[in-house]
Amino acid sequence: MVHEVKPTPDRTLDLRTVLCPLNFVRAKLALEEMTSGQVLEVILDDGEPMRNVPRSIKSEGHMIIDVLKLADDSYRLLIRK
Amino acid sequence: MKLNDEQIERYGRNIILKEVGGSGQERLLESKVLIIGAGGLGSPAALYLAAAGVGTIGIVDGDRVDLSNLQRQIIHFTGDVGERKTESAKEKIEFLNPDVRVKTYDEIATSNNILDIIHDYDFIVDGTDNFPAKFLINDACVMSGRPFSHAGILMFYGQTITVLPHESACFRCLFLGPPPPGSVPSCREAGILGGVAGLFGTIQAVEALKYILGTGGLLAGRLLTVDTLTMSFREIKVKKNPRCPVCGENPAITSLVDYEQEACNLKI
Repeated sequence: MVHEVKPTPDRTLDLRTVLCPLNFVRAKLALEEMTSGQVLEVILDDGEPMRNVPRSIKSEGHMIIDVLKLADDSYRLLIRK
Repeated sequence: MKLNDEQIERYGRNIILKEVGGSGQERLLESKVLIIGAGGLGSPAALYLAAAGVGTIGIVDGDRVDLSNLQRQIIHFTGDVGERKTESAKEKIEFLNPDVRVKTYDEIATSNNILDIIHDYDFIVDGTDNFPAKFLINDACVMSGRPFSHAGILMFYGQTITVLPHESACFRCLFLGPPPPGSVPSCREAGILGGVAGLFGTIQAVEALKYILGTGGLLAGRLLTVDTLTMSFREIKVKKNPRCPVCGENPAITSLVDYEQEACNLKI
């Protein structure tokens, strides 16, 4: 069995309690400062943030490479620039 | 420069735009736009540029606020009647956005002062209400290589074009000189619907922002005319005139001219 190794994030942003669209703005600004191929980890609340932010991130051309549900019902996303 | 938390929140809707982002917002904050005339066109232009976070806004106007201005010059309020327009505009801009540094020039733009004033700016908005000023701004901007937005409005109508000196048609490529005094009425005589000034001043602000961001297609080489009575928009393609007296191959005008103002446009 082949295990895909999840990359270690180059940067982490905890966006829990940050409302839309400021959560996306913060993720976008972080990605702007990173180089192509680097990985950003963001933690988002369920609900509106999870409905909006991943879509906006994809529309900017970034790739969401992993989504993990955390114990407090929030989500951890790994985004490759 | 780096955006602080308050700026990230204030400019979030700008930053979300692909054409702006964090780097575009930083560019806006470092940019300098001059508005000549704090009237019907200059009011909305100044407010939108300030709201967008243009870091330095210059305002040129030698007038004071009159009660009859308030119907369209939305940066001035009833309590400002009698105040200098530059000071009234500065106050509103600073209330709206403390990030903006406002420089005021409490004077009418003339051939003596205009080159010194525009020298410090990246883009100029012509918000004046008379032909002599429009030709003066055109000539000064072409001679000093400063891009600017022209707009002219009357009654329900208006026109606007963006000039990139020596790249696109200038105002004199279209019109060789001011019309004979008295042949065209002024807003004072013919009237102007306030919202028409708002429409054109807003177009001028958007042109300035796009120029600073280096994005989109400017209204360069395209004269936009609008008849708001029928809400018809028309675009006229205009080429550089090789015989233009200012930006042509052998320019006849090499120094600035102060045309005489029509009596009805004289500032009292």
